[in-house]
Amino acid sequence: MKRHLLEAADLDRDDATLVLDTAAQIDQALAGREVKKLPTLRGRTVVNLFYEDSTRTRISFELAAKRLSADVINFSAKGSSVSKGESLKDTALTLEAMGSDAVVVRHHMSGAPHRLAHWVRGSVVNAGDGTHEHPTQALLDAYTIRQRLGRLDGVRVTIVGDVLHSRVARSNVGLLHTLGAEVTLVAPPTLLPVGVGSWPAEVGYDLDAVLPKSDVVMMLRVQAERMNASFFPSAREYSRRYGLDAHRMGALPDDAIVMHPGPMNRGMEIAADVADSVRSTIVEQVANGVSVRMAVLYLLLGGSPQ
Amino acid sequence: MARSSEPARSTTPGSTPGTLLSSADVARVVDRMAHQLIERAASGRPEGGGSADGGLSDLVLVGIPTRGAPLARRLAARIEAFTGTTVDVGTADITLYRDDLRLRGVRALEPTVLPDAGIDDRLVVLVDDVLFSGRSVRAALDALRDLGRPRSVQLAVLVDRGHRELPIKADFVGKNVPTSRSQQVKVHLAETDGSDEVVVLDGEL
Amino acid sequence: MTTYLIKGVRPLGGDAADILVEDGRIAAIGESLSPAGADVVEAGGLVALPGLVDLHTHLREPGREDAETVETGSRAAALGGFTAVHAMANTDPVADTAGVVEQVWRLGQEAGLVDVVPVGAVTVGLKGERLAELGAMADSAARVRVFSDDGHCVADPALMRRALEYVKAFDGVVAQHAEEPRLTTGAQMHEGDRSARLGLTGWPAAAEEAIIARDVLLAEHVGARLHVCHVSTAGSVDILRWAKSRGVQVTAEVTPHHLLLTDACAESYDPVFKVNPPLRTDADVEALRAGLADGTIDAVGTDHAPHAVEDKESEWAQARPGMLGLEQALSVVIETMVEPGRLDWAGVADRMSVRPAAIGRLESHGRPIAVGEPANLLLVDPGHRAVVDPAALASRSRNSPYAGRELPGRVVATFLRGTPTVLDGKAVR
Repeated sequence: MKRHLLEAADLDRDDATLVLDTAAQIDQALAGREVKKLPTLRGRTVVNLFYEDSTRTRISFELAAKRLSADVINFSAKGSSVSKGESLKDTALTLEAMGSDAVVVRHHMSGAPHRLAHWVRGSVVNAGDGTHEHPTQALLDAYTIRQRLGRLDGVRVTIVGDVLHSRVARSNVGLLHTLGAEVTLVAPPTLLPVGVGSWPAEVGYDLDAVLPKSDVVMMLRVQAERMNASFFPSAREYSRRYGLDAHRMGALPDDAIVMHPGPMNRGMEIAADVADSVRSTIVEQVANGVSVRMAVLYLLLGGSPQ
Repeated sequence: MARSSEPARSTTPGSTPGTLLSSADVARVVDRMAHQLIERAASGRPEGGGSADGGLSDLVLVGIPTRGAPLARRLAARIEAFTGTTVDVGTADITLYRDDLRLRGVRALEPTVLPDAGIDDRLVVLVDDVLFSGRSVRAALDALRDLGRPRSVQLAVLVDRGHRELPIKADFVGKNVPTSRSQQVKVHLAETDGSDEVVVLDGEL
Repeated sequence: MTTYLIKGVRPLGGDAADILVEDGRIAAIGESLSPAGADVVEAGGLVALPGLVDLHTHLREPGREDAETVETGSRAAALGGFTAVHAMANTDPVADTAGVVEQVWRLGQEAGLVDVVPVGAVTVGLKGERLAELGAMADSAARVRVFSDDGHCVADPALMRRALEYVKAFDGVVAQHAEEPRLTTGAQMHEGDRSARLGLTGWPAAAEEAIIARDVLLAEHVGARLHVCHVSTAGSVDILRWAKSRGVQVTAEVTPHHLLLTDACAESYDPVFKVNPPLRTDADVEALRAGLADGTIDAVGTDHAPHAVEDKESEWAQARPGMLGLEQALSVVIETMVEPGRLDWAGVADRMSVRPAAIGRLESHGRPIAVGEPANLLLVDPGHRAVVDPAALASRSRNSPYAGRELPGRVVATFLRGTPTVLDGKAVR
């Protein structure tokens, strides 16, 4: 494992598998226990540095660190020195001086975790940066797929929606490809980046054509504001062409699953009855997020073998 | 508490230099430890231990991965062969409880599996291949504390090589081996290494 | 005034000769000159070029003297072999009045290291709404001939047309920063494979090419001169070639960084590589080199853009665009054009001195190395290679994209009207 987890490409197939296996062992070790806490990272300090509001991701990381007995400091941009104009570098040096062992960073600007990694000695974990990557989300998605379908190799994953602005899509394309899955991206052409052809994924515009050949459908959140910038004409048209409703879900193979990284726009990219169906893994994804993040923190902070 | 005597003072003829226990020795030692465990289960029961199976239903063998796990299964198999009674077996991975992660680095985790009946109020015997500093056992005790509340916890090891760093001692020992700190004691088991053998290697690896 | 004898130098890379510099002019060129009382500059193995002229320099004064001043920028220019630089108008206050351009011009005169030639803003406050007093700037002591809203595009086509027409009255030229703003909202880097992967908003090549295409048609229509700043794409080179073949009065410049670096630099997310227009692809770099070699691109313009540390040591999107260029421009041209054999020394003189001086209508720069001409000269050791150390630069800023990179060519001496501004590779003051 590298010292930082900044993007999916930081994990080769062995590393990625190690993270998933470790998460599975942690899950199993903690299953049914009253005391869901391990002493592994006692005395270590994990800083959650959040420049962007994301309660679910922050809580997931916080729980992961606390279950490994690390000390957790939550540092959010609002109401802190950051909102008073402190630079990322100065913040990094401050955290460094306080002796943090790992910084979990969420930032609205792509590449901010890469910059941070230049300025701190500890590990940096990217918890989502701009429209770049969100590698632990991809790990928890891969974990969930493996848990449900028993494998990743050869699994056909279709990612639908605003790929252009999605860090979840970027991380998933990279990681799932590394793990042997076959990824197809489906979106209106306006929501696919120029250059998407260089990604290890198929690209299509027709959701109905792809659904029967999908073992996994991952619906991305689409912000209604995008229609103001002419990415699509209206929420209704988007939903009609790219939303997953019960009728479309019926076109999926029998054991196919439906995923969503959350938070959902029910009625926009996903219908309520789909989100709540037995195919939906949305709740499992949240639970798995904690295990996967525990595995990441353990593997990054446990120290490298001599 | 009786410690085991030293039955295998001389190794089997024909074994390689540095070999402490040959394959046949390992089998013999495991058998003897199985007998000792049967005895302990029978005597260790509170109020005289009147249960029909000689207290064996009370016993849980918990192996410490990697090699403690197959060792625990073997002991259970031998106990069953000798008594006809099935003994509960589990494994407890202690990696996440170690205090030397920073020094030794991370490694892949192994399963932690407990019998359905759990470990509460039972006689848990931790099983490991080599007892050295005692730190693995300490980590295992911490892990057990999170897994339940046994009536009693005892320790069985195939080899005790000395050099304890903590006040820990084994209740069942296959073989005591005086070593120097720089030596390495390696237990090979068929399940993990292809064949049974215990060797001592000189110097650091 | 000291007389200098430059011994054994190769003018434009030709045969070695001695050059006598006296009273600000070249007094003699010949073999084994031995005038009495001249200071001798041993220049064996060095190449003499006419002093370089930059059409595109940001000196940051007034307004951001923490990043650069006219004096520090002038020193950096001299060390790069320049004897004249055009100071861009996007200062604070903006150089959109005769008063501001005269202030910059005077600061340049006081520094005395290069001729600082102010560029006037095309529109008031660079806002792209109404013309600045272009005539007043042209008539001022600064004698402004180049007008540019650089940093911003004159996006309104009607306004651009009027600007092109209006400056004809005083032989001016509009230097366009070609960027269709509606296509580059929030843009961070070249739009392509890498921007897709890095999650940085793309700056499409078409945003530059569309404006160049529009503007060459406008320049043709009104019979005006147009200069295109920092051409960065292969498509732009094609459009310029087409326009020139039609006889449009268009000239263009390319920056050193666009000749050498690509969008691969963005993968580090180090904002030292953030620049506008952005670094492009290998294919674009190749087209730019070809365009500079065949003259489609007339000039190298540095777009020297100093930025204070806090404006660069940040997140990519937070950082200001721009990079230093004056001190390494000639080295980059040697690396990308001379060493591969695409431009000889006469070609370097043409693209870095003669043509930019002609575009800016500077009469005493870009002249031949000949007896009687103003002694604006530089001596370069083309074989010398060194690793760029930003801390050693004369610029007040440190945002060099070449940090840690080994480049050829060391400017040993620069003469401005017969007075050395650089000797032994060091600024005289």
